[in-house]
Amino acid sequence: MTLQRWCASDISPALPECRSQRQSPTDLRSSLTCRVQGAAIDGTLALRLAAALVVFALIATSALAAPEAVSLPTQGETKAWWVWPLALFVVCFFLGVVAVPAGVGGGVLFVPLVSGFFPFHLDFVRGAGLLVALSSALAAGPSLLRSGLASMRIAVPLAVIASLSSMLGALLGLALPASVVRVALGVTILGIVAVMLKAGRSEFPEVKLTDRLGALLAMHGVFVDAASGREVHWRTRRTPVGLVMFLFIGVLAGMFGLGAGWANVPALNIVMGAPLKVAAGSSSFILSLVDSSAAWVYLNNGAVLPVIAAPSIVGMMLGAKIGARLLAVLKAALIRRLVIALLLFAGGRSLLVGLGIGT
Amino acid sequence: MKRNGGAAGKGGGRPDIAPEQLRYAAWLQWSGWIGMTSLVIAFIVYATGALAPLISFDQLPQAWRLPAGEMLQLTGQSPGWGWVRLLDRGDVINLVGIGFLASCSAAPLLAVVPIYLKRGDRVFAILCLLQVAVLIMAASGIVRLGH
Repeated sequence: MTLQRWCASDISPALPECRSQRQSPTDLRSSLTCRVQGAAIDGTLALRLAAALVVFALIATSALAAPEAVSLPTQGETKAWWVWPLALFVVCFFLGVVAVPAGVGGGVLFVPLVSGFFPFHLDFVRGAGLLVALSSALAAGPSLLRSGLASMRIAVPLAVIASLSSMLGALLGLALPASVVRVALGVTILGIVAVMLKAGRSEFPEVKLTDRLGALLAMHGVFVDAASGREVHWRTRRTPVGLVMFLFIGVLAGMFGLGAGWANVPALNIVMGAPLKVAAGSSSFILSLVDSSAAWVYLNNGAVLPVIAAPSIVGMMLGAKIGARLLAVLKAALIRRLVIALLLFAGGRSLLVGLGIGT
Repeated sequence: MKRNGGAAGKGGGRPDIAPEQLRYAAWLQWSGWIGMTSLVIAFIVYATGALAPLISFDQLPQAWRLPAGEMLQLTGQSPGWGWVRLLDRGDVINLVGIGFLASCSAAPLLAVVPIYLKRGDRVFAILCLLQVAVLIMAASGIVRLGH
C-alpha cells in the first residue's frame, strides 16, 4: 500500500460501512465524514499499527540524540520530555477515532483539549490545530471534488474572503495576550456546542430565487444523492450575507486554529440554501484553502513546533481511519453526546483558565 | 458561456463533473501526497537525530511553554523566512514539509485557470488567481507581527 493511498480519500466508497451509510442517510454528517475523514481505508490493520509503532519508536529514540543546540533558560522539567509528544499522539489518535462518528472535524476538539491539558503554549497548539484541520481537508478534497459533493462554484468565492480574514484572525490571535485568547476560545467553544445542539439543518433546502450575485457567480450545480439515487439540482441564495458570514468565520478559524466546519456547514446550508451534502463537502474544500493561509501566518511567526504538529497530524489521521471503521459499530448519537460533553468541559476550562479561576 | 459546476449527465446517471473540478482533484491529490510525504520524511530526519536540531530535545519543555515570539527571540530565529537559513537543523527542516502542505492548493488553483479562460469564465479565473495571491501574501511573510 503506498503512502498516497494511505493518505488519499477516494477509496472509501468501497468500504462496507460507508456503503451502509449511504443506504441509511439519516445521520448525514457521519455519512459524509465517513467518506471525507475516514478516507483511504485500504490495506491491513497491521500496517497501520506498524505506522503507529514507527511514530512511537521515532519519538522514543529521538530522546537518545543530543546534538549541539541553542540554550534556553531552564525552568524545572527537562527530563522525559518525550512523554508529552507521545501522549499527544495517543490523545490525537483517540480524538480522531471519536471525531468521525461524532461528525466533527478534529481541529475543533484538538485546540480546546490540548491547550487545556498539555503544557504547550496556546500559540503552538493553535498552529498545530490548523495543520490538523488542513491535513484532513486536503486528504478529503480529491474525492469530494470528483463526486460533486464539493463545488468549486460555491467554495472559491467564499474561500477568497475567508482566507483573507483568516490571516487577520491569525495575527489577532498571536498579538493578543494568551489569557484573552483563552477566554475568547472558551466562549467560542461553548457557542459551538450551542450550534451543535440547536442549529437546524435542511437536507435539500428549497431555493426559489437566487440573488443577483449568486447568479453572476453561477452558484449552482447538480449532484447524485447516493441515498435516493436521484439527481439533485441546487442553487444558492443570500450570497452577500454568506460572504459576510465567511468573513467572520475566517477570523475565528485563524484566531483559534479551529477547523471551521462547524460554522461553514450551517452558513452554506441554512443561510445560503446549499443541500446539506454539498454544504459539508464544500465546507471541507473551503477549509483546505482558508487554513492554508492562516497556517502560513503561524509558520512565519514561529508558532509551529514540529514536535507538536507532526504527532498531532499523524495521530489524528490514523485515529480518523479507525473511527471510520468503527462507524458501523459505534452508536453515533452516543459519541456525539460524548463529544459535546468534552467540548463543554474543555470550553469551560479554557474560559476559567483565561479568567484566572481555578488554575 | 457555460458556467455551472456540473451538468447533469444524459440518461440520469452520475452527473458530469465540471472539468476544472476533475483537474483540481488530480493536482491536489499529487500535491497533497508530496506535502504529506515530505512532512513524514522530515519528521523522521528530525526524530532520528540525523540532523542536529536547533532546540535540543531536552530543552523542548522550555521552548513549548513560551509564546511563539519569545521562543523565536531566545533561539535566535527571525520571523518570516528566516528559518530557511537554518535548514541544516533537524527541527527546522520540518518547516519545509509543513510549508509545502500549506501551499499545495496553489498549483491546483493555477491549473484550472486555463479551463476557465477557455470557457470565457473570467470571473472565476480571476477568483482563482486572487486566491493564489492571498496564499502568496500569507506565505511571503509580509503578514507578520513585529517581534
